[in-house]
Amino acid sequence: MRIITFDSIVTAVTELCGRAACDLPPDVLAALKRAKAAESGELAQDFFDQYLRNADLAATARLPLCQDTGFAVFFAELGRDAMLDRGTLYEALTAGVRAGYKKFYLRKSIVADPLFDRKNTTDNTPVILHLKQVDGDALKLVLAPKGGGSENMSALKMLKPSEGRNGVVDFVVDAVVRAGGNPCPPTVVGVGIGGTAEYAAYMAKNALLREIGAPSPDPRYAELEAEILQKINASGVGAQGLGGNTTALAVHIEFHPCHLASLPVAVNLNCHAARHAEVVL
Amino acid sequence: MKYELTPPFDEKTIRALRAGDRVELSGIVYTGRDAAHKRLVAMLDAGETLPVDLAGQAIYFVGPCPAPPGRPIGSAGPTTSGRMDAYSPRLIAECALRGMIGKGDRNDAVKAAMKEYGCVYFAATGGAGALIANSIVSAEIVAFPDLGPEAIYKLELNKLPLVVAIDAEGNSLY
Repeated sequence: MRIITFDSIVTAVTELCGRAACDLPPDVLAALKRAKAAESGELAQDFFDQYLRNADLAATARLPLCQDTGFAVFFAELGRDAMLDRGTLYEALTAGVRAGYKKFYLRKSIVADPLFDRKNTTDNTPVILHLKQVDGDALKLVLAPKGGGSENMSALKMLKPSEGRNGVVDFVVDAVVRAGGNPCPPTVVGVGIGGTAEYAAYMAKNALLREIGAPSPDPRYAELEAEILQKINASGVGAQGLGGNTTALAVHIEFHPCHLASLPVAVNLNCHAARHAEVVL
Repeated sequence: MKYELTPPFDEKTIRALRAGDRVELSGIVYTGRDAAHKRLVAMLDAGETLPVDLAGQAIYFVGPCPAPPGRPIGSAGPTTSGRMDAYSPRLIAECALRGMIGKGDRNDAVKAAMKEYGCVYFAATGGAGALIANSIVSAEIVAFPDLGPEAIYKLELNKLPLVVAIDAEGNSLY
């Protein structure tokens, strides 16, 4: 059994908060450059130019790419031969976020109660943790800070199985087009198909972590991704919702077995900064 | 058309702007988002005087990051404007607000108020918060400090690039 110290997780997460907020992932940067080259309109080109200059400035000045430094959502894989010396993983991540959001001057965006007093918790906690047990003795942490503007455009529908492929295409395209400029397009579109209602939503978010534009390993779903992307981009919503050829940078689908009565479909959008950073301990 | 503008705005200037015009905005704007708007409208309901005089001014829908050492403010890009749709018509009609800055479309009630009283909606570039911070010269909290990032800040801008997304005639780029 390998021991991972609580304190080493706190230190790693503190730094991860800064990296996730300030450094545009290289696959996102490459996708934005490709999208810029595909634009002909002056306004759309100008937006892409601003995105690229923003990424450059954020990285060098260590300023967050976006002021909404988001809800700290973690996807963790804990090896079955590893354990913490004390406390729980959730407590370590919470302590790391509390320290990281202070150290890097990130915005504290979490309110304690969703409905009544909506008072800011002032340290951006609690965190959201999706924990999976895997083989090995390592701890892999992916932090995907999620902004409100894109998260608010999420959608979930329990389709009838008879609605099939076309039902899925229509629902996803409609959700992205109706979101308009709100989620800061061009977006990355995460789609979860199958499972249960909450598992479809989880898959939709997890799909955002895939390298941008890498197709689904299943050729049927890869073809579906391409078709949905083509239809979304044919809408002309464009960068900032003000028109252009690229409304989404990619569509990523995850799928799972589901109940014979069900066809759950969930959509989760990431803005053009598509922030995520990982560390392995 | 391209314009360089500085608030406060008169009605004529605002009504001359057209959707698609590019504007570089300098001078003073006030920030405000969900919680601040809710309080401002509650104060109007109670017949109280607002902590800032919005006549002829522009509100920027933003909740900035804390200022790191040596900078007046942290990243400061626009938030989704649709969440302010419930409040904006009151500020336009009762306070003579002339400009709003945010991202994303507005509803029909907001557009109707903009048309009737003379107000424009500018789009700032969502997700370019670091770049926008470079156009902000100074920042000072002027109301509701207890709201943290949702407090009302007085910002001094230097050539913040904007697009007229919806004009006072109801023309829209969305």
